[in-house]
Amino acid sequence: MRHTISVLVENTFGAFDRVATMFSAKGFNIHSISIGETEQKDISRMTIVTSGDVQLIDQIVKQLNRLIDTIKVTELTGQARTERELALITVSLQKSGIEEIKNINDIFRGKIVDINNKTMMLEITGPPEKIDAIINVLMPFGIIEMARSGTVALKRGEQIRPQNEYINKK
Amino acid sequence: MNNKKQMMTGADIFFESLRLEGVEKIFGYPGGATIKLYEKLYDIDFLEHILTRHEQGATHAAEGYARVTGKPGVVLVTSGPGATNTVTGIADAYMDSIPLVVFTGQVPSKLIGNDAFQEADIVGITRPITKHNFLVRDVKDLASVIRKAFFIASTGRPGPVLVDLPKDVIAAQCEYEYPESIEIRGYKPTLNGNINQIKKAVEVIKKAKRPLLYVGGGVLMSNASKELTEFARKNNIPVTNTLLGLGSFPGIDPLFIGMLGMHGTYYANQAVNNCDVLIAVGARFDDRVTGNTETFASNAYKIHIDIDPTAIDKNVIVDLPIVGDAKIILTELLAELSDKPREDEWWDQIDKWKTACPLEYVRPDNKLRTQYVIERISEKTKGEAIIVSDVGQHQMWVAQYYKFNNPNSHVCSGGLGTMGFSVPASIGAAFGIKDRPIVSINGDGGFQMNIQELTTAVYHKLPIKFFIMNNGFLGMVRQWQELFHEEKYSFTDLRESNPNFTALGEAFGIESFSTDSPEEVDGILDKVFAIKDRPTLVEFKVAKEDLVFPMVPSGGTITDMILKRLNPKRMII
Repeated sequence: MRHTISVLVENTFGAFDRVATMFSAKGFNIHSISIGETEQKDISRMTIVTSGDVQLIDQIVKQLNRLIDTIKVTELTGQARTERELALITVSLQKSGIEEIKNINDIFRGKIVDINNKTMMLEITGPPEKIDAIINVLMPFGIIEMARSGTVALKRGEQIRPQNEYINKK
Repeated sequence: MNNKKQMMTGADIFFESLRLEGVEKIFGYPGGATIKLYEKLYDIDFLEHILTRHEQGATHAAEGYARVTGKPGVVLVTSGPGATNTVTGIADAYMDSIPLVVFTGQVPSKLIGNDAFQEADIVGITRPITKHNFLVRDVKDLASVIRKAFFIASTGRPGPVLVDLPKDVIAAQCEYEYPESIEIRGYKPTLNGNINQIKKAVEVIKKAKRPLLYVGGGVLMSNASKELTEFARKNNIPVTNTLLGLGSFPGIDPLFIGMLGMHGTYYANQAVNNCDVLIAVGARFDDRVTGNTETFASNAYKIHIDIDPTAIDKNVIVDLPIVGDAKIILTELLAELSDKPREDEWWDQIDKWKTACPLEYVRPDNKLRTQYVIERISEKTKGEAIIVSDVGQHQMWVAQYYKFNNPNSHVCSGGLGTMGFSVPASIGAAFGIKDRPIVSINGDGGFQMNIQELTTAVYHKLPIKFFIMNNGFLGMVRQWQELFHEEKYSFTDLRESNPNFTALGEAFGIESFSTDSPEEVDGILDKVFAIKDRPTLVEFKVAKEDLVFPMVPSGGTITDMILKRLNPKRMII
């Protein structure tokens, strides 16, 4: 099963490498890994998508925690969260008209970010499954090049039920 | 010395920081990148620098020192080859959780990445084998990095920390201020065990009919031998040790049932297999201990006390984990439980196993055997010596036949199994402990792997007994070849090529002896143990055909245990 783990790490030289080295040294899978700054300048957030059974994920979380540069490790799977990925996809226009690709792009609410008479580049954001889906649909037209950002994810805020009076007033 | 806001060079800060960390010994080797540090060292008198003859020797010596003193071992080497030579020692310390702080010189910051002379990316190389490592990029960070390095190395589950020091950082100046306290937000080891878990453990142990303590090196690291011994004795629980746990419980105590695992005693392994409550303390369910993890202690309720959360459920799923420091947790267990009656049925069973299959070897006969020599050493030193074994058959025989009386007395390379460990590690141990005999026990193979360090021992007049159990073979590999690899003794026969060990010892200036007779053993031991102002060397020409038994083949279970050689005619070459 796929698991998304969010890791806050020191924004220092080598922190990313430490995490990657640990994954390869222990033989853990990485489906995607992304890193970027957070609201605090000296902390970066890594989002790691991995897979394994409960025991393995537990071990991965513990091994991440063991690294000195990791500040907080959160297993997001099973929690209310938002996951997003961005993909840039360059599609060939040889087998289809602009309209056809544009329609697909609209369905996926993507953006056309570059076009010439041979190719068109789409920018798609969404949960990783959505990216997988558009890649599937575009495949027959010929994907020339593609870049995926890897998943980023955050835990969602807690939903607080509105007070009764408020609902009655409405 | 006023250490507030003074302009100091990196080299000054380096030694001032070591002084404040209480460092007394550094094992090292100078070179181009560290020449400034050595220039400074020339005038320093508050610590002793020990020049080894190879950087690998320096790291193993630091390990030996750390193992017997409990303090971090400190290493100082130059960049490039100096740094890469420390890698085996660092990996060894990482596997066995030994606190080391290794300082490596580095080429000047501007040249890093340029394939400069004697450049190696040692921080990258050692990332998977250190608890943490640092590249100091600014002299202003030097003091706090050194502080953090010692803190990380020696707390929690200890381990090696490497600090890479570019030449320009050592030469640069800054205002020095010693950081009074340090805060590492991503590193906060759990020391106190969860109180509810401890209570639950007490309830389970109270009810146990067949309890067993499985004790590893963590108990030594946390200095908890006293608490362990008291807990076991007051509650009449048998104790088995891992290789690294030996010494944490007195070897002559009737509660002690020897080592468990691949070359553990028959009765210890039977006890593991049949206990109803297994209390693992500071042990990590290593594959040499468990064999097949599916069947390991499969009837037991498993309690696991360890400071490292990653050790929990890593190899074997346990029923009750307690994360924290062994000393603290054992103290709390002891406060709650100190009057468990002796489970007679369980002890009768253990005694039956003991009688059925004691540890034994061929005797008496006219051949000299390593087991016999180790028994004699154990007897002569009354279990009070520091035994530094190398890796192989003799190491297992030390574990089986030496009766350790004290904690931190058994030094060996457990996890990594590094041949060539003993000679330098015994030197480190000799710098750490002055008032007990230090015995370095080697095979004829491993002895040749760091033989250059004999010079270090001679120069410092260390009274180490270097013993070589010469069977003319790489014995442990040969044992596997005989048992599992169709008796193809591929490249394990050293008989034709071994040097003359006594002549070699003499060349280093060491009084050396050799014998192949059991009758001469006591006399030689008396002679060398009486020499207390210089090293001695003894070559014991031992039987070549002996195998270490019992043996559970790799990944096997207790039912696969081999108790003796099935075909006695084998190994006549």
